[in-house]
Formats: sequence, structure tokens, C-alpha cells
Amino acid sequence: MSHADTHDAHDDHHHGPVTLKDGFVPWALRWIGTTNHKDLGTLYLIFAFTMFFIGGVMSLIIRAELFQPGMQLVSPEFFNSMTTMHALVMIFGGVMPGFVGLANWMVPLMIGAGDLALPRVNNWGFWILPFAFTLLLSTLFMDGGGPASGWTMYPPLVLQTGDALPFVIFAIHLMGISSITGAINVIVTILNLRAPSMTLLKMPLFVWTWLITAYLLIAVMPVLAGAVTMLLTDRYFGTSFFTAAGGGDPVMFQHIFWFFGHPEVYILILPAFGIVSTIIPTFARKALFGYDSMVYATASIAFLSFIVWAHHMFTVGMPVAGELFFMFATMLIAVPTGVKVFNWIATMWRGSMTFETPMLFAVGFVFLFTIGGFSGLMLAIAPADFQYHDSYFVVAHFHYVLVPGAVFSIIAGVYYWIPKWTGVMYSEFWGKVHFWLSAIFINVTFFPQHFVGLAGMPRRIPDYNGQFADFNWISTVGAFAFFLAQFIFIFNMMRCMARKGEKATDRVWEGAHGLEWTVPSPAPYHTFEVPPEQISIPEDELTAVHDEFDALDGHKLT
Amino acid sequence: MSQNSTADTYYVPAGSSWPFLMTIALVIFVSGFGHMLNEDMSFGRIAFFTGLGFIIVMTFVWLRGVIHESESGKYNMQVDRTYRWSMGWFIFSEVMFFGAFFGALFYARILSVPWVAGAGPELMTNEVLWKGFEAVWPTNGPADMGGEFSTIPAWGVPFLNTLILLTSGVTCTFAHHGLKEGNHRKATIWLAATVALGCGFLFFQAEEYIEAYSHLNLTLESGIYGSTFFMLTGFHGMHVTLGTIMLIIIMFRCAKGHFTEDRHFGFEGVAWYWHFVDVVWIGLFIFVYVV
Repeated sequence: MSHADTHDAHDDHHHGPVTLKDGFVPWALRWIGTTNHKDLGTLYLIFAFTMFFIGGVMSLIIRAELFQPGMQLVSPEFFNSMTTMHALVMIFGGVMPGFVGLANWMVPLMIGAGDLALPRVNNWGFWILPFAFTLLLSTLFMDGGGPASGWTMYPPLVLQTGDALPFVIFAIHLMGISSITGAINVIVTILNLRAPSMTLLKMPLFVWTWLITAYLLIAVMPVLAGAVTMLLTDRYFGTSFFTAAGGGDPVMFQHIFWFFGHPEVYILILPAFGIVSTIIPTFARKALFGYDSMVYATASIAFLSFIVWAHHMFTVGMPVAGELFFMFATMLIAVPTGVKVFNWIATMWRGSMTFETPMLFAVGFVFLFTIGGFSGLMLAIAPADFQYHDSYFVVAHFHYVLVPGAVFSIIAGVYYWIPKWTGVMYSEFWGKVHFWLSAIFINVTFFPQHFVGLAGMPRRIPDYNGQFADFNWISTVGAFAFFLAQFIFIFNMMRCMARKGEKATDRVWEGAHGLEWTVPSPAPYHTFEVPPEQISIPEDELTAVHDEFDALDGHKLT
Repeated sequence: MSQNSTADTYYVPAGSSWPFLMTIALVIFVSGFGHMLNEDMSFGRIAFFTGLGFIIVMTFVWLRGVIHESESGKYNMQVDRTYRWSMGWFIFSEVMFFGAFFGALFYARILSVPWVAGAGPELMTNEVLWKGFEAVWPTNGPADMGGEFSTIPAWGVPFLNTLILLTSGVTCTFAHHGLKEGNHRKATIWLAATVALGCGFLFFQAEEYIEAYSHLNLTLESGIYGSTFFMLTGFHGMHVTLGTIMLIIIMFRCAKGHFTEDRHFGFEGVAWYWHFVDVVWIGLFIFVYVV
């Protein structure tokens, strides 16, 4: 069977993809029109890190303003725009496309597929994003400034936005199209394009968590689209969804928004669980402890995420029965999440551990994400939440789960897989430096925010009482240092992309077992022409290494 | 290009500029719409209609390409399954979109309207803010938004439309039987009947809107009733319009002899969509018109 039978993309088949050497226009057209999952994965990741940079600059503006009490750098309106935009850019532009990029690259390689199921739709889903975010960011320069209501866009406040409002809403619609098409693509790829011998319960956990994430995306992104559409019609077409005078209710927006918003939180963390569950067994040189329970825990978290949304609204007014229901349902999430954390620890238990950069970030994830999880449990307690609500404690909580949680996992994933993508190793030394600077300064940034929050400092306010001054300057110093440390990562990755560095072997990590490690490094442009027979690297070799370590361990004990 | 219908190889289409152009079209469209909403009509209108036209053109170009690929036998059974799964998940996302608006309807009827009228713990809301307001449905709220209005009786035109849509589901199934028997003529005729019923539904729906605006003073501005009524029926109407256009395309394809007895997912996907639109209407008829 010739290649032309399998691929329409035979023009680039025998010569490899078009490069800049073939001229700028063909090169640009290749990236604009590409249907290749690896190209699109790369584009998604570059886009995500660009957005991390832009969102990061916004966070530095916020932190610079909060360096001392009093108003020094920006107007309150612009400050509010910055908090709003920072969140939208980081969530929809940074973390989500980052995970989609990893899914693009790795899901087909992990399940033995030739590409994603709908390659052209995949291209569409990507190219919508740069335009949607250009639209979103352009609102900062419109009459009345950018959106300043917080990313949650509660009416009636958000309805006071100037000319920016329709563009913000349409940007969100476009991001919704991108997410939904992307999610359909991933879910169908996983359900339909697996190698024949890869049954559902043999899939790598990254694939499992993405399957469930994609389901959540398809379920809730349309609800967000509906919610912002109601905002649009309330403002411009005279409807009364969120106006009590017309029989509607502003709180209704919050319910609809958080029905989207809470599953969204898990959209931002479930793929992270998958990445960490892939990396820890590799560097502990043991199979993942409790694979089945990981799958069921992921599914339980996804299910529970639909019935806990109003824990974001304990203080807006709800019947007591509602407060209690949402409080207990939320606390229930600690059970499957606990299962995961214990499984990771049990995987490491008596493993032959080494601490290469991906492992450092993964272990850092387990440790720091758990702190964020615990502060989440505190917030789940309705009566206590009356104190914490809208304070910096909440800011500390969700930044602990998002930065050393979601973002660390993306970084860990990139370090782990980039030798497979580029064929060269990153610099381990600079990787380790990057990890330690990140891990230290993320705590310098966010740990003090717990204290100012508990002491009563409100979020989304550009000025504060003098009593919070010390912790705030510490936090600002941490934020700038963390931001600067990320340039190490950028340069480390650029070095790999320029193919400078030690050549990577096919397997790269001696403890790795996934299908992706059976193909050459860098992975060929079209990796699997036909479904592979072998779906993982067998355990034998590894067990031998492990036994050796065990023997050594026993020897030491005697 | 030789045919590829073996199930054990993957099909990957060549690079394409359709998605990128579609994105440009969407961006022109929404920036035009945004400018119109901000009352910058001159630029707004031009961009809005240019974008809209561009979207329609790109949809046709893209789908025509897919149809050509399908008809030239490039799709194997795996691609067929891919389209099935994708259409199923797409319809699920549509269900969730309507879910948001149904959710708003139920929330208003069960919670927010009674609360404004002082139900449960909200006694003071009523006493202090909206004294004298009583919870009834339909309502345009305590401020009588949009002025007094009356509603469209369920058992007139809406009931007729229910019958029309349900019948169209049956004719659509007859067309499917036609295809499965390999009788393209039968399939085309029954598809034409389905299209006619779809158009009939849209005609009556338009009549109903005209009636609501010109005689009943029922408008988008009529408080929460008007909001939920027009947004739900409006989005449903848009979906029926889209569904009808898709049925027309499938009808022409059928007449041209596309599809075989066992490979006709193009038809089935549209039929699924049509049944989905049908089911949404039943929900609408019950919860918007009857109850």
C-alpha cells in the first residue's frame, strides 16, 4: 500500500514539511493551512506561551500597583481592566490552548492514530484563537476602556462597559467555537482512532483525562455562550434576563455562569492530572498505582463538577438548604481528589526515583496543588466562606491550583515531551534552575496572599489599608522574580527548537512505557500510517532495573 | 487519486486554507455586528454583511469540498464513524446551548418571579422594592416592562406548527427508507415534502412574530416573558432555518444520485439534526406555550 493511498497530504510526504528555506510565502501558507496535528500542536503551544507572556505582563501591572498602599501607577478603571483581562487571557488564551496543544501533539502518538479525527476542523479551532484574542485585547483601546467587571462578567456591573462590551462577548463566542470544535475533535479521536488493541482501560491517563475534559468542554462552553448572549440582548435588545424590574434576576446570571464556570475549573486541571500521572511513574520507575481508581476518580470529579457551582455564590443570597447542599457536594470532591494525590504518592513510594526537570515540576505540582486543594476545602465551608469571600484568600487559593497546578503541569509536560518533538535534549541544568526559581518565587508571590486575605484585604481593589503593606511588597517581588525566571524556560525550549543540544534517544526516559516512546525522536511528520500493533513498551526491562535497585536497597538494610 | 476504502489505514486530508478564510469571515462578521451595536452604522453594516456573505460562501466551499472527497470514495469506514461521533457530540453541544435558555425560563418561573413577589425568605424584597407585585405567569415584571401584552394561545398556530414539525420527522424517515432501499426518487420526493413542511413551519412562525409585534404588544422588551419567549423560539427558528437549508442540499444530492444503500451519513447527520430541532420544539411547545 503506497502512502498516497493513505494521505491526501502526499505533496509534503516524501520531502518533509515546507520550511523557511523554501521561501517565506510557502512557509507561511504551510502554517496557515496545516492539517498536521504536530504543526497545530506546536502552534497551540506557541500561542499559549505568548498569551502567558501577555497575561503575565498584566499581572505585573497589577502587582506593581499593589507594591505599596495608595494609588501610584494606573487608574482604578484600568486596574480593573487588568484583573479582568489577566484572567480571560490566562484561562482561555494560556492554560486551555496549552492543554489543547499537548493533546494535539500527544494524543495521536499515545493511541497510535495518524492524526486527529478532523484535521481541518483542528486547524480552524486553532486559527480562531489569535483573532479572538486580538479582538479581545483591542477592546482595551476602545471608548470606555476594556471590560472591567472581572472575568465573571456579573450584571448589572458588566452592562456599564463602554464600546468594548459586544467585542468582548463576540471574542468569547469565538473562543467557544474554538473550544467546542477542539473538544469534539479530541473526543472523537480518542473514541474512534485508537490502535485496535488499546481498549479504554489501557489508555494512558493523559488520554483519559483529556477524554473527560473534552466532554466537560462540550457540555459547558455552549452554556457560557448562552449566558453572554443574554448579556448582549439585555444590553442592546431590551430583554430582561438579569433585571428584576422585568421579572428577571441578576443572580440568575451567576447561576448560569457558574454552571459553566465550575466544570471549567476542572477543564483547567484534569489534563494536568493526566500529565502528572504520566510523568511520576516514569521517574519513579514503577507502574502508576491504582490506574483504575485514577480513571474513576477523574470521572467522579467531572460528575461532581456539575452540581457544586453555587459554592461560588454563598454570599449572594441563597436558601439555607442550597448553601448546605452545595457545601457538602463541594466537600465530596475532596474524596476523588484525595484518591489521586494518594495514588501519586503511592506510585513514588519505594520507587527508584530520579529528579529530572519534568519530575521536579510534577512533584512540585503534587505538593503545591494540594495546598491549593486544602484552601479550597476551607472555602467550601459555607459559614467560613462568608469571611473568605472576595478576599485575597480566594486569590491565593485559585492561583495555587492554577499556577503551580495547571501551569506547572504544562511546563512539566513540555520538558517531558520536547525531546520527542525536537529530537534534542533540553539543558537539564537550566531546567533545574528554572524549577527551583519557579517553585520558590511562586510561594513568595502567593503564600502571603493567604494572610492578607484572612486579615480582610479585598480582591480587585487597587488600593489597600497600610496594615497589608509588608505582605504585598513581598508578593510583588515574588511575582516579578517568577516572571523573570520563565525566560530560562523560554530560552531552554528555543534551544531545543533550534535543534541545539544533546541528541535524544527514541525512548528518552528509561522508565517511560508509552507508545509515543516507540517512535523515533523527533517523531516523523506523519507518524502512524497504519494503526500500530504494539501499544506500549513492555515492563520486563524496567522491572529488571527496579529489582536491581530493590536488591541494592535490601543490601543497604542488612 | 486512487480510492481508499480499507478500514486499516488512516485518512488525513491535505492542508487547506478553508478554515483560515472561515475565521477571517467570522471576524469580519462579528466586528461589523459589534460596530452596529455601538451605533457605528456605516462601517458596521458593510462589515456585517460582507462577513455574513463570506461566511456563507466559505461554508459552501468547505462543504462542497467535503462532498467531493466523499463522492470520490476517499472516506473509509473509520471516517464515517468519525462523522457520526462528531455530529452526535455537536448536537449534544447544541442541547446544552438550549439548556441555558430553558434554564433561564425555569429559573424565572420557579424562583425569581415568586421571589420578587415576596415568596420564601424574600418578603422584604417585595415589601420594600416591589410592593404590590404578585407572581403570575406570563409576566413582564413589577415595572411592567414594555407595557401590557397578551400571549399567543398554544392551541392555535403553535399547535399547528407542532403537527407540522412532527409530520416532517415522519416524512424524513420515509426518505431514509427510500435511501436504504436504494430508491433515490422516493427519497428525493419525501425530502422535498420535509423541506416543504420546514418552510411551512417557518412561515407560520414568522406570522406568529408579526402578530405578536403588531397586535399583542408581545416583544423582546416584554419583561422576562418576552425575553425567554423570543430568545427560545428565535434560536429554535434559526436552527429550523439551518436545518431546512441542509435538507435542501441533501435533497439535491439525492436527486443527483449521491449516497448508497449503506453509506449515506450525509443524509443521516441532517436527519439527526432535524429530529433534534423537533425535540427542542416539543420542549418549547410544552414549557413556553402550554404550561
